[in-house]
Amino acid sequence: MFRSEFIEELKKKIEKWERECVQEEIKRRPERQKEFKTLSGIPVKRVYTPLDVQRLDYFRDLGLPGEYPFTRGIHTTMYRGRFWTMRQFAGYGTAEQTNQRFKYLLKEGETGLSMAFDFPTIIGLDSDHPMAVNEIGICGVAVDTLADMEIIFDGIPLDKVTTSMTINAPTPVLLSMYIAVGEKQGVPMYKLGGTVQNDALKEFIAQKSYVFPPEPAVKLVTDVIEFCVKNVPKWNPISISGYHIREAGATAVQELAFTIADGIAYVEAMLERGMDVDEFAPRLSFFFASHNDFFEEIAKFRAARRMWAKIMKERFGAKKPRSMWLRFHTQTSGVALTAQQPENNIIRVTIQALAAVLGGTQSLHTNSMDEAWALPSEKAVRIALRTQQIIAHESGVANVVDPLAGSYYVEWLTDKMEEEAMKYIDRIDSMGGMIEAVKKGFPQREIAESAYRFQKEVEEKKRIIVGVNEYIDENEKLEIPLLRVDPEVVRVQLARLKRVKETRDNERVKRLLSELRKAAERNENVMPYILNAVKAYATLGEIMGALKEVYGEYQELIIF
Amino acid sequence: MKQSIEELVQKLIEGDKFATARLISLAENDPKVAQKIISLIFPYTGKAHVIGVTGPPGSGKSTLVYRLAKEWRKRGKTVGIVAVDPTSPFTGGALLGDRIRMQELTCDGGCFIRSMATRGTLGGLARATKDAVRILDAAGKDIVIVETVGAGQSEVSIVKLAHTILVVLCPGLGDEIQILKAGIMEIGDIFVVNKADRENADETAMQIEDMLNMASTIRFDETGWIPPVVKTSAIHDMGISELIDRIEEHWRFLNEVNRNVYFRKRVEQDVIEALRSKIEQMALNHIMKNGEYDELIKRVANKEVDPYTAADIILNSILHREEENE
Amino acid sequence: MSSTERKIKVLIAKPGLDGHDRGAKVVARALRDAGMEVIYTGLRQTPEQIVETAIQEDVDVVGLSILSGAHMTLLPRVVQLLREKGMNDVLVIAGGIIPTDDVPKLKEAGIAEVFGPGTPLKTIIKFIKKNVKKKR
Repeated sequence: MFRSEFIEELKKKIEKWERECVQEEIKRRPERQKEFKTLSGIPVKRVYTPLDVQRLDYFRDLGLPGEYPFTRGIHTTMYRGRFWTMRQFAGYGTAEQTNQRFKYLLKEGETGLSMAFDFPTIIGLDSDHPMAVNEIGICGVAVDTLADMEIIFDGIPLDKVTTSMTINAPTPVLLSMYIAVGEKQGVPMYKLGGTVQNDALKEFIAQKSYVFPPEPAVKLVTDVIEFCVKNVPKWNPISISGYHIREAGATAVQELAFTIADGIAYVEAMLERGMDVDEFAPRLSFFFASHNDFFEEIAKFRAARRMWAKIMKERFGAKKPRSMWLRFHTQTSGVALTAQQPENNIIRVTIQALAAVLGGTQSLHTNSMDEAWALPSEKAVRIALRTQQIIAHESGVANVVDPLAGSYYVEWLTDKMEEEAMKYIDRIDSMGGMIEAVKKGFPQREIAESAYRFQKEVEEKKRIIVGVNEYIDENEKLEIPLLRVDPEVVRVQLARLKRVKETRDNERVKRLLSELRKAAERNENVMPYILNAVKAYATLGEIMGALKEVYGEYQELIIF
Repeated sequence: MKQSIEELVQKLIEGDKFATARLISLAENDPKVAQKIISLIFPYTGKAHVIGVTGPPGSGKSTLVYRLAKEWRKRGKTVGIVAVDPTSPFTGGALLGDRIRMQELTCDGGCFIRSMATRGTLGGLARATKDAVRILDAAGKDIVIVETVGAGQSEVSIVKLAHTILVVLCPGLGDEIQILKAGIMEIGDIFVVNKADRENADETAMQIEDMLNMASTIRFDETGWIPPVVKTSAIHDMGISELIDRIEEHWRFLNEVNRNVYFRKRVEQDVIEALRSKIEQMALNHIMKNGEYDELIKRVANKEVDPYTAADIILNSILHREEENE
Repeated sequence: MSSTERKIKVLIAKPGLDGHDRGAKVVARALRDAGMEVIYTGLRQTPEQIVETAIQEDVDVVGLSILSGAHMTLLPRVVQLLREKGMNDVLVIAGGIIPTDDVPKLKEAGIAEVFGPGTPLKTIIKFIKKNVKKKR
């Protein structure tokens, strides 16, 4: 990148500078720490110069926005053409309450819907299951049948909004319900836009809302991808996630590595089904966290784009540029927010959101300040949304594409993130791929180690968290309003479920469930069968139950 | 509501879970109390079939134990499980996680699961494991399964404890042969190739069979039992029924073919072991009390006295004391 | 060598459907490093399973980790079952996402202390050592 005479001169100059100026300054005032590291533990120097990016080849490693390897962005104009989608994760209580929260957010300017389900729904249990009754509607909306879905989207035109559903094992059921609602509104499948998370591997690694064992779980993931590629072409049938892996304790490097490795596993699974890589790859999407270490996060996003592009092109032989695009949604980190002095979280979220934007995210959710206490109150979620809007309209960062490119530090760190992540990916490859690595417990162990190490660093004050281990308010009183889920939810939901079960054609439901079970046994794509069952008002629990009979249930590994 | 040991033992033989749990704790925490408990419950022991499950980490022992227990429950037997995990040599604490794979059995009244830390003993078993087994036996459990740490070394302690020893291996661990050479060949009554859905399962099974054929047959001649190799996939609930059939075959074998020799040998072992531990305790207590211990250790460290002579000195000291008391 | 070894036995449990186990596992490790014997139940435990485990393992402490918001029904139920079964000497503590407003009610129901996000591990360890009841 630079002429060799220049590099030689610079080397000498830096050496002199360190020997003289820096030493003098350090004598006067020693640096705050012996060593400075990113959150992931990557040591960082005092200053970065052309020496650190000598081997950078602009065309090979960066390119222009919208050009391979897409380090600078997958689109040519990025936010100059259109801002990232402001998509706030929401949902709680009854279908009616969620419908209202959706409408509120749309009114306040959010540009896409993102749906949170309650724990019973996430695990595929109906509200009347004995383990469900305590958790109905508490951390998301309860969905038992199509009837709930119809209410949630009442008055919300599915041809005008896109919806992201954070659902994994029960994806085929919830997606089918969404499709059914669309049909009732007169919107055909091929016009629907949105995302389902549908990422089984990270459930075993981090989020732990798994249901089926690894092989059948991945099979269902590919069923959904294949179905959407053929029938719901505008839909993102998977959101390969690093967010949960990060939240569970992984470092940024591990988040990057394990997510990409999961992606590789899914591509391989789809290829095994006989599809051509360029048929499905354009529909794959990703989901990352954005944490406090500003530059590390930006470097991570840029490295992710470059890594995925190279892997798709070189490893899988993709031809279409769209197959090489790493399109991603970002959520600011929940675990980085504190219970103490929650107003401080507004600032943290701002930094994290800014990093995501400078990293080129396609869509963004900003957490609310009360994250460590409860689901977002209306006031808190509005501030979170405004954070994005202020960044978009007032800060100017959206007016230039990939503005940090060329920064010696950022380019060096981007390379470093890629290098470190590739080490993990090579290791996972040598284990036989991510599915094997998950069965062996490798990523789970790495994460448990990182989580413990981080906590120790906090306890030893090697990492300062404002308000928690420094700048503490001993007599702190929580003064922000908290959202409370109305216990009435339970009664309403159970009543609705009962009514649906009584008024539907139960014989038909039984028959369709039996057909589903047989299709699963024959290893067919289960989506069409589930779509039929859903339209007949079969419940989530019944459908999942039929699948459990065929696939069994996952037992967690013993890993600390 | 503190109950005496006698009261607890009374409840124990009625099958009370609290009493079972409390007695195991009492035995774990104090060897003197353990002795008292054993003296009271001993007449009620000897009915349970004790299964030892050993093997390298990662072979799927916990899931296998869970499946075995579940199958036995289906067959109408009651099951006690003692799952042993290592105590950290640095902190003295322990993380006991084997239960995770067995939690479905927790609320089954016919099952009792207890986790135990080794607390510094070597050989993969806690000192109190034997007491825990006896307590579960006295509580009326038909089967008692002991799952060991299984670091792969020769598990002498499990041999003394269990009637039937399962050595659990799985294909692809890479060190099957090493393990087989490390002495485990001699202690296994049944060899299990778990995770048999994996590629090299048949190969692993054959390797074990070969080693069994080549291994010293002295033990087999003595007992007449040739260890079978059983393939299972605990996660997929495959091969479990067959494994239990083999285990029960072994039990019948011990009881019918080999009865007197085998069970008498076990009783002898129990008595000798108890004696050994008591003598050691007694000797060291005695010499520690009168301050000779430190002095003696110093002399051995300075090479003034060798360890065997030191032992003689201690023994003479005790005998001398006994003579004085007469 | 004869020795009376009295270890503090702690049960770390995840009641309900909540799958967030990062905190529970970090605490479990820290307690182990502080010399305690820790039994971890794994995820998706009913209050009945938790109490049964506590009985069979004869624990001194039960630590409940919950981030799903369902704490007001699940935690008191665990304490209630422990009491019904006569396990009155067990120290019950909780952690996770629990608003301060709910803490007094939980304490009334028998939870000795609630350790929210940001609580130093040292604090939890100290509390256990100070408050665990010497049963025998």
